[in-house]
Amino acid sequence: MARYKTTLASATLLVLVLAAWEYLPTALEVPKFIIPTLSDCLVELQRMWAYEQLLGHTLSTALFTVLGFAIGSLMGAVIGYLLGMSAFWEKVLSPYILALQIAPKVAFAPLFIMWFGYNSMPKLLVTVLIVFFPVLVNVLQAMRTVDRDLINLARAYNLSRLGIFFKVEMPSTLPNLMAGLRIASTLAVIGVTVGELVGGNTGLGFLISYGGGQANAAMVFDAIVLLTVIGFVLYSALVRIEDRVLHYLPKAEQ
Amino acid sequence: MALEFHSVTKRFTDNSGTSLTAVQDVSFDVQEGEFVSVVGPSGCGKSTILSMTAGLYQPSEGKVLVSGEPVEGPNSHVGFMLQKDLLLPWRNIVTNIEFGLEARGMGRADRRERAMAELRHCQLDGFENHYPHQLSGGMRQRAALARTLAIDPEIILLDEPFSALDAQTKLLLQNSFAGTIAETGKTTLLITHDLGEAVLMSDRILVLSERPGSIVAEIKVDLPHRDQPLKRRVMPEVGEYAAQLFKHLKLEEKAA
Ligand SMILES: Nc1ncnc2c1ncn2[C@@H]1O[C@H](COP(=O)(O)OP(=O)(O)OP(=O)(O)O)[C@@H](O)[C@H]1O
Ligand SMILES: [Mg+2]
Repeated sequence: MARYKTTLASATLLVLVLAAWEYLPTALEVPKFIIPTLSDCLVELQRMWAYEQLLGHTLSTALFTVLGFAIGSLMGAVIGYLLGMSAFWEKVLSPYILALQIAPKVAFAPLFIMWFGYNSMPKLLVTVLIVFFPVLVNVLQAMRTVDRDLINLARAYNLSRLGIFFKVEMPSTLPNLMAGLRIASTLAVIGVTVGELVGGNTGLGFLISYGGGQANAAMVFDAIVLLTVIGFVLYSALVRIEDRVLHYLPKAEQ
Repeated sequence: MALEFHSVTKRFTDNSGTSLTAVQDVSFDVQEGEFVSVVGPSGCGKSTILSMTAGLYQPSEGKVLVSGEPVEGPNSHVGFMLQKDLLLPWRNIVTNIEFGLEARGMGRADRRERAMAELRHCQLDGFENHYPHQLSGGMRQRAALARTLAIDPEIILLDEPFSALDAQTKLLLQNSFAGTIAETGKTTLLITHDLGEAVLMSDRILVLSERPGSIVAEIKVDLPHRDQPLKRRVMPEVGEYAAQLFKHLKLEEKAA
């Protein structure tokens, strides 16, 4: 019942916002190149589909989002677990990790273009870099807080170091890993977009800078919406996986 | 002798280098099949005694022997249980009970059979596929006992396993633990705050002083029904034993 109510409210809100978007700009005489209406955007979307290879650009962005996310989070998790197992290396590396974590990763994009040229490498690297840290930090934090008594229990049962990792530490840290992946999925879209904005001629980020250059606000709007959709799909997929993987956690009553 | 402590002292040194003596010159032994409780004020080193028996820490001085062998590290001769059940939340009950058997090169089917037997032993039939969060606190502690018994240890160490439970559940669980332990004939060391619990469940009680803990009294509980604390509970002598413990712990002087 409560769930039905919230769905209804959300849907109503969506309709209201869409209606406002369609009619308010015209009513307030805001020009089309500042805020295009909903129908302007839909018309533009059709044009982009027909003349701007919209499908290709969207698929390219989606591909690099997923690829960058996969590589970055895999590296973040692996290095997080390795550092989590070695107190020594964690102490040695933690100031550098902190520094890199604070540094704005998107600002590396122009550098990467200088190093690798105008190809897919820079945007992939920016994405990997931006995805890497939240996963690493979440895993590391979780490895530090694994219940000592559980580890002692595993030791008393003669589990090897690797056995303790796979049977106790890894599953204990899974909720944090999943939380890190969720944050990372939203950042992946940002990484790809910045990479495409700064250099290159493919992807939705490119369409944004191209549309911006032509004062085609509708094109920019459309690209933003599509980027959001890509991020949303990735995020939802992760939430689904998380529900499956963490099925054993007690759920709060809804 | 199942367990021997020979003049054991344990000091902890913290980061700033100051050292703290948790237990001092503790000697006692536990016969095979005996049920011994350790009581004492908070912080007197009871859990430290347990950890040294389990091989989690080494004594600073003295020796700890299990079945005549010095304890050199965590090992499967001793099974320990804490106030926390330490069940793995991502495993169901039967695979939790199997946990201790997995590093032993035992076949999957044998493991399952052993775990199911302990599950029945601890009255958890029908809950093998439940997850820990679906069980009550008392049932979780029973599952933890089943896991401890599954590895067939020579000694069972219990560190306040009942203290997180409500009064009724506690009585029932003490009864079921006592029954199961008597049935298996396991040597048991129980650490507790609860003087009544110590009297109801033990053959013998060791009383520790304040930190640094050392043994100030040893009381033999000469009562029947060690396997049924609920029966012991109604015996008039129980109060006398508790009063003795009370005196040794100098509780009245402290309250004054
Ligand atoms: N790993 C450790 N490092 C440093 N000090 C410790 C450590 N473990 C215990 N201690 C200290 O040793 C003393 C005894 O601790 P212990 O846990 O054995 O007490 P306890 O009798 O079990 O207390 P309680 O009844 O509250 O559980 C305490 O002062 C505690 O601070
Ligand atoms: Mg304790």
